Amino acid sequence: MKAELRYAVRQTLPVMIGYLFFGTAFGLMLQNIGYNFLWAMMISLVVYAGSMQFVLVSLLAGAFNLPAVILMTLTINSRHFFYGLPFLKKFREMGKAYLYMVFSLTDETYALLCSVWIPDHLDEKKVRFFMALFNHLYWITGSTLGALGGALLKIDLRGIEFTMTALFIVIFIEQWISAAKTTRAPAVIGLLCGLVSRLILGPDRFILPALVVTVTTLLALRPILDRKANEKGEKGL
Amino acid sequence: MSTAEALITIAVVAVLTFLLRFLPFLLFGRKERPSPVLDSLNKLLPSAIIAVLVVYCLKNVSFQQINTFVPELIAVAVVVLLHLWKRNNLVSIGGGTVVYMLLVQLVF
Repeated sequence: MKAELRYAVRQTLPVMIGYLFFGTAFGLMLQNIGYNFLWAMMISLVVYAGSMQFVLVSLLAGAFNLPAVILMTLTINSRHFFYGLPFLKKFREMGKAYLYMVFSLTDETYALLCSVWIPDHLDEKKVRFFMALFNHLYWITGSTLGALGGALLKIDLRGIEFTMTALFIVIFIEQWISAAKTTRAPAVIGLLCGLVSRLILGPDRFILPALVVTVTTLLALRPILDRKANEKGEKGL
Repeated sequence: MSTAEALITIAVVAVLTFLLRFLPFLLFGRKERPSPVLDSLNKLLPSAIIAVLVVYCLKNVSFQQINTFVPELIAVAVVVLLHLWKRNNLVSIGGGTVVYMLLVQLVF
């Protein structure tokens, strides 16, 4: 148990820095519109979705408007629909933790769980669960601290949000290197679909179309991609 | 906005977010034998989505002004080079972030 805890902490360290920072920013913003740390803590506990929580601050600051809330949530968080697909079986096998694993599948947790390599002597399910749980705790801690006294923080932290970008780049490189054994086509397809969608649709509306086009392309090219992956896989042996 | 309205707003966001995350399990999770399509998506999808997320992180980069792309460009290069050299997540992420912070705070 101890070894699993330690391994999960190490794996989630980059997310810790990022979530403490973004959580603090969220807590600060929420506190600014008149909601104290208990609200910040509660929202981060039950909603747990980074960018959506920042939008939620502006929704709470405005007049009560349920259709807007529904529409915003569906558009901003629709990308999460794709995150469960690789874990359909894995999460179900986790018993009691199943629903929590689904609930806590943020961008960062998804990326970590996709890429983590777990040594044989550790209990894989425990490590995965602790990683998901720790990320959630970092987020709650950051939000609460931000609402309590983030304004007192005198250090200039501008730019620290780059931790998240760096984390995704590192995961991308790791997958790129290990894909030498199979095929790099999916990474290239994702990159191209993302770039083209971003160029055409602009920064605020491209993520869902990009994901839909990526999945469609992968499905269309599936026969070729599967064959490539298997061929190279055999050669590797 | 009253407290009750705030609580309803938060509850709606929470429930919808969870449902979006739960939807694939609801649609495809019950099958005893996984379909070949889902099986190959399992293999192909993660690296493609990570690639899209890299673009997502850098979505605000714009080539109109020097300070909206040069810091990102340099910091991304630092992360890539550090990672290819040391293969240590914390070194690459920490190094890239420090460089980015110095650039946006002191240079640009």
